[in-house]
Amino acid sequence: MTDEVIKINKLSKEYITDAGTVPVLHEVSLSVKPGEFVAIMGPSGSGKSTFMNILGCLDVASNGQYLLNGRDVNQQSSDELALLRNQVIGFVFQGFNLLPRANLEDNVALPLIYRGLTRAERIMQARVMLEKVGLGKYHHSRPNQISGGQQQRVAIARALVNHPKLLLADEPTGNLDTHTSQEIMQLFSELNNRDGITIVLITHEHDIAAYAHRLVRLADGRVIYDGPVAGDPLVHAAHTGAEV
Amino acid sequence: MLAMLSEAWMAMWANRLRTILTMLGMVIGVGAVILMLAVGQGAQQKVQASIAAMGSNLFIILSGSTTSGGMRMGGGAAPTLTAEDAQSIGELPLVAAVAPSSPGVAQLVYGSSNWSTQVIGTTPSYLTVRNWALAAGMPFTDSDVRSATRVALIGRTVAENLFGDEDPVDRTIRIKNSPYVVLGVLAAKGQSLDGRDQDDTVLVPVTTAQRKLFGSQFAGTVRFIMTQAESAEVMPQVERSITELLRQRHRIRAGADNDFTIRNLTAMANTAADTAKVMSLMLGSIASISLLVGGIGIMNIMLVSVTERTREIGIRMAIGARGQDILLQFLLEAIIISVIGCLIGVLLGVGGAYAVSVITGMTAVVTVSSIITAFAVAAGVGIFFGWYPARKASRLRPIDALRFQ
Repeated sequence: MTDEVIKINKLSKEYITDAGTVPVLHEVSLSVKPGEFVAIMGPSGSGKSTFMNILGCLDVASNGQYLLNGRDVNQQSSDELALLRNQVIGFVFQGFNLLPRANLEDNVALPLIYRGLTRAERIMQARVMLEKVGLGKYHHSRPNQISGGQQQRVAIARALVNHPKLLLADEPTGNLDTHTSQEIMQLFSELNNRDGITIVLITHEHDIAAYAHRLVRLADGRVIYDGPVAGDPLVHAAHTGAEV
Repeated sequence: MLAMLSEAWMAMWANRLRTILTMLGMVIGVGAVILMLAVGQGAQQKVQASIAAMGSNLFIILSGSTTSGGMRMGGGAAPTLTAEDAQSIGELPLVAAVAPSSPGVAQLVYGSSNWSTQVIGTTPSYLTVRNWALAAGMPFTDSDVRSATRVALIGRTVAENLFGDEDPVDRTIRIKNSPYVVLGVLAAKGQSLDGRDQDDTVLVPVTTAQRKLFGSQFAGTVRFIMTQAESAEVMPQVERSITELLRQRHRIRAGADNDFTIRNLTAMANTAADTAKVMSLMLGSIASISLLVGGIGIMNIMLVSVTERTREIGIRMAIGARGQDILLQFLLEAIIISVIGCLIGVLLGVGGAYAVSVITGMTAVVTVSSIITAFAVAAGVGIFFGWYPARKASRLRPIDALRFQ
């Protein structure tokens, strides 16, 4: 099926270090259809961050196939990968990764520069996006003048400004307090429900994963669970407040 | 492109002090190049102006030394050259003009002013040979020479000292108490190569000088003869034929010494010009070194900047910047620094050249070509030294750049 946003077949990744070859991902297969909201969980060292970087075309797999939006990522040149990152994927980081010296408007407009839009068009679209994440009034502030939650909203606005098919989030609430985390997750849910944006996010918190519809659990570089969130005993337990 | 430019500008603005210091290297380099070229060019032009003032392709023939009783006298001691020698030299092929010259010093009087100066007896072709124009009035003619009339052409300095603001043309001055009509005023020529004031002079017909003014004990002789060849290429040939002609006319036996000396003034002047050129080249190359150092400064700072902003590069790449976008951004920064540095350097160099010529009185000539050269070199240095760091930045792998702390 080519209408899947992500189709991964037996993808492996190993790092070559001085101590030898370290396998990180072992024949992982995964398909994500448009409109899905997938949470990836796993303990540290399970390879979830590496997996996310490969999904985001920031890193390349050692083996296996990755079709993004029907295109074989391994066959793309570095310029074509840049284009995919620019137009197909929106990436949200744990550490926000905003440019500190640019104001919010310019931060959000940054991806549009590489699409060759004029400044007026860039600013207009950036303001629309800031409005959408609830920061319409702050477009001339700098990242260090607003709270962490607000910074993450700006980062989400930046990820969305090119209207990507796929939003990837690497522990987007990892640096935020519980209350702010809930707000950010509500924003993700809204984007998924209302706008139909496909979302894949990494988290290690059960209550964050609970916002997703589908859960993929990784351990030691393998998929050990792939199914509805409610079906995962750990998440289910967290949701009902029971100790596991 | 425009967006990249503003991105580059923003980065530079964020590091203002560093940007300015980097620029300073460029400013000093370009300023020094322009200033040094200007000073060198000024020296060269001064020499060239002196050569032009002297007249081009010029020989000066002096009456030679004599030996009397084993004692050798200096050049010009024996009055062997005559106005007739000059005339026959003028008939040689490839000779453009000839002017015999018989100088002396005399006291000039006009009204209540008086002035002592060099009076040169010569022919109208002196003006051609020396490439000398008249500022006012008319030159004397060959018929003045034939009839030895009392007429004179006066130099600018003489005119100023005798007449002040008055118009000297057609006035009568007294030279050694005899009246002479001033026919014209010579155009100002300024200093000669050896620093003499060439405008402090009076020209009278050679016959007048010989018969009426200085009363030479050897009638008809002149001190020297100036000869202009038709071109620089034929000068050696002309020198040979003059030697041959004069030996014939003076009946010098084969093997005997010449009783005259021929000096090639143009060759001497060319040496001076070459010296000026070498000096100009040397100044220019010393200044170029500072430009090179400025360029290395740019490279240094750009390398630091790339390392420091690795994370930013990673962010940009993660949201879709291609390698060439990153390359362009850093290259533009280097180019902006060098171009702005260059602009300021040009201003400083031009200002410096002006200051040098005002303060020291040296001529410093800023040519458009030196500005264009400095600009092109600076832009080139910026691109050359900015290329490597920019390329380094553009080749980072996005994941490595993002993980960089």
